[in-house]
Amino acid sequence: MSSSTDTANSGGAASVQTGAAPLRSPFAMFSGMRWADVVGVTPFLLFALLFLVVPTFYLVVSAFIGHDGSFTFQNIIDLGTPTIISSFWISIRISVASAALGVVFGLLIALAVIRGRLPSSLRSTLMTFSGVASNFAGIPLAFAFLATLGRLGLITALFKLFGFDIYRAGFNILSFWGLTITYCYFQIPLMILIIAPAIDGLRREWTEAAATLGASTFQFWRYVGLPILWPNLLGTLSLLFANAFGAIATAYALTGSSLNIVPIVLYAQIRGDVLNNPGLGAALALGMIVITAFANIIYLVIRTRAERWLK
Amino acid sequence: MRRGRLWAWIVFILGAAYFLLPLIATIQFSLSIRRGTLSLDAYTNVLQSPDFQQTLVYSFLVGIGAIVVGLLLVVPAAYFVRLRAPQLRPIIEFVTLLPLIIPPIILVFGYIRMYSSSSILPLTNSNIGTNILLTLAYVALALPYMYRAVDTGLRTIDVQTLTEAANILGANTITIMARVIFPNIIVAVLSGAFLTLAIVIGEFTIASLLNRPAFGVYMQNVGANRAFEPAALAVISFVITWAAMGMIQLLARFAPRTAALTD
Repeated sequence: MSSSTDTANSGGAASVQTGAAPLRSPFAMFSGMRWADVVGVTPFLLFALLFLVVPTFYLVVSAFIGHDGSFTFQNIIDLGTPTIISSFWISIRISVASAALGVVFGLLIALAVIRGRLPSSLRSTLMTFSGVASNFAGIPLAFAFLATLGRLGLITALFKLFGFDIYRAGFNILSFWGLTITYCYFQIPLMILIIAPAIDGLRREWTEAAATLGASTFQFWRYVGLPILWPNLLGTLSLLFANAFGAIATAYALTGSSLNIVPIVLYAQIRGDVLNNPGLGAALALGMIVITAFANIIYLVIRTRAERWLK
Repeated sequence: MRRGRLWAWIVFILGAAYFLLPLIATIQFSLSIRRGTLSLDAYTNVLQSPDFQQTLVYSFLVGIGAIVVGLLLVVPAAYFVRLRAPQLRPIIEFVTLLPLIIPPIILVFGYIRMYSSSSILPLTNSNIGTNILLTLAYVALALPYMYRAVDTGLRTIDVQTLTEAANILGANTITIMARVIFPNIIVAVLSGAFLTLAIVIGEFTIASLLNRPAFGVYMQNVGANRAFEPAALAVISFVITWAAMGMIQLLARFAPRTAALTD
């Protein structure tokens, strides 16, 4: 593509297909733009560079730099202590569990409200509530669950009334299950918000067509519904995983530092950075970046594929 | 379909129980600071505390700052991408996804390393510098929501025609953006702004690691030292979140319904 056709195309603005054309030079991307356009877009890109890309890249690089300033793998090797390995392991378990529960229950609730023939007013209530609850994370969420399932919490007290002490039975809010149940409070609503449009995309005609061909409800979901939703489910699973993996505030307020998930270990490391090994902090950060980036890339790849079906 | 409705009701009621019980428990807990009787003392303790007022005002101001800076960055970028530079769209959209991919704790760790006293741009050296850094961090957090809101707003108006019309009337680019485009997308902009506020107001990780007197840090402190006040704080911040989201719902009713461009 020559730069002159590029100019002609970009005059047509919104209808131009982008991304498909191979770019000959790095500057071809900017051809057809006027001076004012460059000025308009530059602050945004500069900000992204200075406050998103470079700081992250800086950490990635410093993970490979030793005390003496030379290249080393020592920081990565230092991650191999039992504390750090177990912190990654518990983080991954909590993130997988809360993401899986979020996907399953979010899907069920969304299906119930959208396709279960419930009063339509419930749907808008649910969507509004999901918008609120998916943003109700962090410190206050921890407080809410302490008041619910903590040692003096309402549910704990209710169970005690019936003679069942959940704490004596092994439950603890400051544990794997405690944190997982708490995380579901923002994971499920996020799932509902993401999956609702996809469920709307399942057309009535498909249900009718399947029924006409003699399919049972089970067969419809087994052979039509779920295969169509499948990419969305997988994609959202990885998104929720990343969401839980990077979260710290709720866990910190809930457990202090008694449950060593990765972000809390990193938090402690940053706090005491002067005393400890700065390279180790960067290596921890690198570990987190790799895991969340991996999960998010899965999400993005799957989402682009899923969108084809739901036009 | 009667059976179908039954399972739907069961799922819905179980879900509602999971989401409402913690709220009820929190409200009940926040009211039981005095043994044997319900009282609002936990709320008065919280609301009268100078720390509460100061940190809430501080977080609110940082949030407003982040919204203003965010708009100054996002509106021109989204406008020009839509008007004349659609080939930049993939880059811009990728950038707006970055804050969702990079966890806040990583972001702030990078800032601390990059903008510390020994760097080229030592923002963490002074109070003002650190406040600016916190504001910019919140701009970064809000970028995906802000960009999406503005871009959705731009989609509902005919950017091309409005720009050409204003051009013919002799307006320059800044005038066009400030007096033609911006007023037309104000509803979308405001909903992005309220979402930003909801996210930023109780933020803990970044504010805490930058040692800022923010609302989230204050809440964490109260949680570590008090029993009933945290529950009251949780109720208050739930109300704040609900208010911000409610504003978005309300604004959606005023959104222009004349879709000029569809793509």
